[in-house]
Amino acid sequence: MISHLEDVIVQTVGRILIPFIQVYGLYVITHGHHSPGGGFQGGVILGASFILLCVAYDINEAKRRMTEKVDTVFCSLGLIIYSGIGVICLVLGGSYLNYSKLYRILPVNPIDARSMGILGIEIGVGITVMAVMISIFLDLASRGEHEEGLE
Amino acid sequence: MEFILTKYHYWIYIVLMMIGFYAMIGKRNLVKKIVGMNIFQTAIILYFISTGAKRGATIPIVEHGQGGAMHAIHAVHYVNPLPHVLMLTAIVVMVSTFGVALALIIMLYRRYKTLEEDEILELRK
Amino acid sequence: MKLLALLAVCATGVLLIYGTVDMPDWGDPHAPASIHVSPRYIEKAMEETAVPNMVTSVLADYRGYDTLGETAVIFTAAMACILLIRRRRK
Repeated sequence: MISHLEDVIVQTVGRILIPFIQVYGLYVITHGHHSPGGGFQGGVILGASFILLCVAYDINEAKRRMTEKVDTVFCSLGLIIYSGIGVICLVLGGSYLNYSKLYRILPVNPIDARSMGILGIEIGVGITVMAVMISIFLDLASRGEHEEGLE
Repeated sequence: MEFILTKYHYWIYIVLMMIGFYAMIGKRNLVKKIVGMNIFQTAIILYFISTGAKRGATIPIVEHGQGGAMHAIHAVHYVNPLPHVLMLTAIVVMVSTFGVALALIIMLYRRYKTLEEDEILELRK
Repeated sequence: MKLLALLAVCATGVLLIYGTVDMPDWGDPHAPASIHVSPRYIEKAMEETAVPNMVTSVLADYRGYDTLGETAVIFTAAMACILLIRRRRK
């Protein structure tokens, strides 16, 4: 176990950089239609910002920002968003994950409705990937105890 | 010469795959085996990405796609997007399976206090 | 034992290098991987889904079931990690 170590350079740089990393992650998720990016990449960037917080401070500080319960809820929330959009398409009269039927509830034509549906599931994938990365990192870094480790 | 210049990228992936394969079956430490498995997967991913390449083509994103004039899109001008899609998901799954494998290794270390394969087999007797 | 492993690895490598003789060249536009379904994706993705990035449209629309499965896989991985090593110390 590494001894308790507080490095003022790492902490300051981390505190300054983390908001920008998170904004960039959101940009990568939502701009995935027009540039390289999407749910998987943006989710990993969002998770990496949180891991930088864990490395620069410690796990207790990170768990104060996002508790275990919220993280686990996010894990399933993304998958629920994804499959929920599929079920909405099913209810609106299309087949499962056929986004063009979403034009009945969105103010766009059927082709743009597909674009909207893709954006929705990218957001779901991003949430799940972010929460999964954070959860796996916290479990492995603290050997499952979530109290010590990486201090 | 022509043969070497057009095929040598496959040999790079094969060498990378051999490194990973040797780490999987030749090493005794379990962490080294898992890292070898990751190297193997990286070689497979590079191979898949290379099958999508086309000479003189650009990335599979339509420039000025929305709003601009719709010009004809020819398949020879864009690289194959299908391997990118498959490997994009495969990379994330690779990271997740790596996490699960490390969790299993932590469980093994808690029980046997060692990560060497032959010592664990000795302890199980 | 290590010698046996090295021999097996070298045999696999030699067989695979022999197999590359029949593989398509680098950047060949007429390689088998590029002529079956991918021209359909490239030419129709923009007008069918209004998404300029073909990777995104194939990932989330044409192959949505695939991505749903992958998301379920990483969700399962997180749950497996939690169930395996998380210990709550009261």
